Amino acid sequence: MDPFESIKATFFQECEELLTDMESGLLAMEQGDDDSETINAVFRAVHSVKGGAGAFGLEELIRFAHVFETVLDEMRSGKLPLTDEVAKVLLRASDVLADHVAAARSGGGVDEGRTVGMIADLQGLIDQDRANELGLNDHGDASGADEDFGFVPVVLSLDEPATDAPDVDIAALLSAAAEPAAATPTWKVIFRPRAEMYAKANESALVLRELARLGDVEVSLDASGVPALDQLSAEAAYLTWTIRLSGDKSEAEVREVFEFVEDDCDLTVVREGEAPEMAAADGAESDASASAVEAAAAAPLDLEALLARVAPTAEPAPLEIPPAQPVAAAPVAAPAPAPANLDVAGLIALAEKASQDHAQAAQTPVAKADPKVDQKAEARAGSGAATAATPTIRVDLDRVDRLINAVGELVIQQAMLSQRVFESGLARSSDVALGLEDLELLTREIQDSVMAIRAQPVKSVFQRMPRLVREVADMVGKKVRLVMDGENTEVDKTVIERLSDPITHMLRNAIDHGLETPEEREAGGKGAEGTVRLAALHRGGRIVIEVQDDGRGINRPRVRGIAVTKGLIAEDAVLSDDEIDNLIFLPGFSTADVVSDISGRGVGMDVVKRSIQALGGRISITSEPGKGSKFSMSLPLTLAVLDGMVVSAADQTLVAPLSNIVESLTPRAEDVHLIGGRDAVICIRDTFVPLIDVGVALGFRDTPLPPASGVAVLVESEGGGKAALLVEAIQGQRQVVIKSLEANYQHIHGVAAATILGDGRVALILDVDALVTTSRRKSPRIEKRMAV
Amino acid sequence: MTDTVTQSVAQRRELIAFRIGDQEFCVDIMSVREIRGWAPATPLPRTPSFVKGVINLRGAVLPIIDLGARLGLSTSEPTARHVIMVVHIGERTIGLLVDAVSDIINMSDDLVQPTPDVASDQVKTFVKGLFALDGRMVSLIALDRVLPETEAEAA
Repeated sequence: MDPFESIKATFFQECEELLTDMESGLLAMEQGDDDSETINAVFRAVHSVKGGAGAFGLEELIRFAHVFETVLDEMRSGKLPLTDEVAKVLLRASDVLADHVAAARSGGGVDEGRTVGMIADLQGLIDQDRANELGLNDHGDASGADEDFGFVPVVLSLDEPATDAPDVDIAALLSAAAEPAAATPTWKVIFRPRAEMYAKANESALVLRELARLGDVEVSLDASGVPALDQLSAEAAYLTWTIRLSGDKSEAEVREVFEFVEDDCDLTVVREGEAPEMAAADGAESDASASAVEAAAAAPLDLEALLARVAPTAEPAPLEIPPAQPVAAAPVAAPAPAPANLDVAGLIALAEKASQDHAQAAQTPVAKADPKVDQKAEARAGSGAATAATPTIRVDLDRVDRLINAVGELVIQQAMLSQRVFESGLARSSDVALGLEDLELLTREIQDSVMAIRAQPVKSVFQRMPRLVREVADMVGKKVRLVMDGENTEVDKTVIERLSDPITHMLRNAIDHGLETPEEREAGGKGAEGTVRLAALHRGGRIVIEVQDDGRGINRPRVRGIAVTKGLIAEDAVLSDDEIDNLIFLPGFSTADVVSDISGRGVGMDVVKRSIQALGGRISITSEPGKGSKFSMSLPLTLAVLDGMVVSAADQTLVAPLSNIVESLTPRAEDVHLIGGRDAVICIRDTFVPLIDVGVALGFRDTPLPPASGVAVLVESEGGGKAALLVEAIQGQRQVVIKSLEANYQHIHGVAAATILGDGRVALILDVDALVTTSRRKSPRIEKRMAV
Repeated sequence: MTDTVTQSVAQRRELIAFRIGDQEFCVDIMSVREIRGWAPATPLPRTPSFVKGVINLRGAVLPIIDLGARLGLSTSEPTARHVIMVVHIGERTIGLLVDAVSDIINMSDDLVQPTPDVASDQVKTFVKGLFALDGRMVSLIALDRVLPETEAEAA
């Protein structure tokens, strides 16, 4: 990838995190959290998005983010109070910002009208705020107008984007320093960036400009650290600024300006008049070695002096290193006692060596500093501040998958080894057998830990939902409050990816069909605002997702009526309440009178049900008229492993997914009846279900097994149909790792996937659904495929 | 002089030669990942007879194609003396069951002759061309045709 593109990709990745932070902060604010840390976190997120967008010239995004940021800034300075209305506008603005980011990412356009409208709304907030300010406190605080940069000193010169550290417009800065102070200075800030700061693409000018927004500033530059031209390293930092800042600001506010760079600069903030506790206590050690070299190499910006230094008669003195200086000093100090008449070449060589050493020495502190910075960034990326997150790393999913595969192999190998050892007749108490037991425990532990790596909190799916709820609620004109629970419930990444669609659908359904309009609700004695609760929890080794609304509940007579008119049930069918509720999962069932934009294209809940079942999950609904309904779906925690029953049929070992199995039984000959020539049914508690001989159905054998000599496994297919699978024996129940057949071959009807058993052999996982449907209508396609 | 010209025009490549029955075939060495002994495969239901089943290749499920049966040659039940050549075909990895691997041949493309018209359709489908090697005839296999057509195409 083009390096620029890859940086851009990283930017968008970060944007995602930032937008998430922003949204969770805004949601907290909507709940009335006006803690300055929360507001700051949101502000920082928007600000960082804007900053990054600036680097890539994403004008639209910058324009919008800027307005957004301005409003947040007003809030941050406490001028715009947090009200419900403000929070709602901000939330909608966050959606628009997300749209802008998405558009910038895909190169597409955004809804211009929406953006303009949103900007107007945001401006409205500012204007309102301005009006408030004029009325309330008319003391003309400079920062109130800081968007215009309309105040006296020097800021204009800082506005020019400086591209490289040494290229900072020194003249402008110096002239700035010469200007008289506009107000009484109260803070003295000494700001000395280190090379690392520039290496992270931070810019002193921007920091200074930010500082200038706090109040009147007087900036003076100490350029005495700049070395002679031939010794100037483009990547080093030489400049020190001293800023006198007047204005009624706390130290924390001043320091906040340096928030992003404080680890990479020496910063002193003192109240003017106090004894300046100087110089970079925290930065001193990493800088000590460098400063030795720098001091030696330093020269004023004066050409005369420069020439004088390069002159052949130059004293080696400038290169002498104070003995106390460590590390980098040593190699340079060695030649110092050399004769005084050092030639130019030697001097330059020496200087070069010194600067190399400098570079080397500088690397160590950088490396040391990094983890600290990362941790900080992660903490920031975490939950908007309150909780200090543990450090995390980003890893390519491919690598994790490879690791998971390898561990899967390890488990199999370990099982094979155990079996071999067992077969070799070694005593159970032998050292080898005991060692193997330990190995087994260890292997399990590794497998669990590895699976945990890929496990993710459902948060990543849940966090998209507030926006969806807002939009759907707007569209259907209902007031909805979304409550989310258990966002930190973890589930395998393979499952996470597939959760989004069913949840989306269920939420839409809850808002569109479940909740009443505000008027209806008030008439029914409920609050105008409906509540939808989205929750995730672990139960019985599965993850359960619940979507609950406090709406009208299922109108059973109506559901029943529709099912009858659509011919889904017989008119005289006797159904329990539960059964009626679950009719809505039948294909082609949709109760909304008006087919709305949101749900109800007739592909409603049956699609949800099918997609959940395809994941090995189940969905059900409970409902109470007038009080609301609750959908719950349960899914396996991972799609990488499956609980299966290992069976044998026609000398083959096969695995039936446990989620399909209802019970197993030994059929009695008198319970099995033939319909027609070969199709058999079995009578289980007075119900006839088809009896499918697995060996025959898969074509492993021609003649069916005598039913009484096998075991029947009663299964329920995803379509809800039941059947009994006849196999020779049940070997046991175990967890198997799912391996795709399609990866190297192709789909085979009746086989869902493959797995590898303890003996290293491949076993096929049955596709129960396909087996059951095939038994209903024998498909001629199979013969065709056999013919190639 | 002419030699070098020919060389730069016709690409040289290495081929792996193998035997099925008394015939000799070869595939490009670059598509062969490894060669291993025969191990019993798990049969797949509803598959053509030349698909012997699947085996576990370090965690991957590898389908085994009996190349002899695929080419319409008479085959016998595989024994431990048979060999599986693990080859890449596009994105897929499959195992080809052959009698034995015999040689590595270094040759240039221009020596390959088109399959003569006498050959049956089935052979022509899988044989890209022929060439002579020390008086023997070696057929170049077109690997991309070896897998059975996908379900979509067959249905």
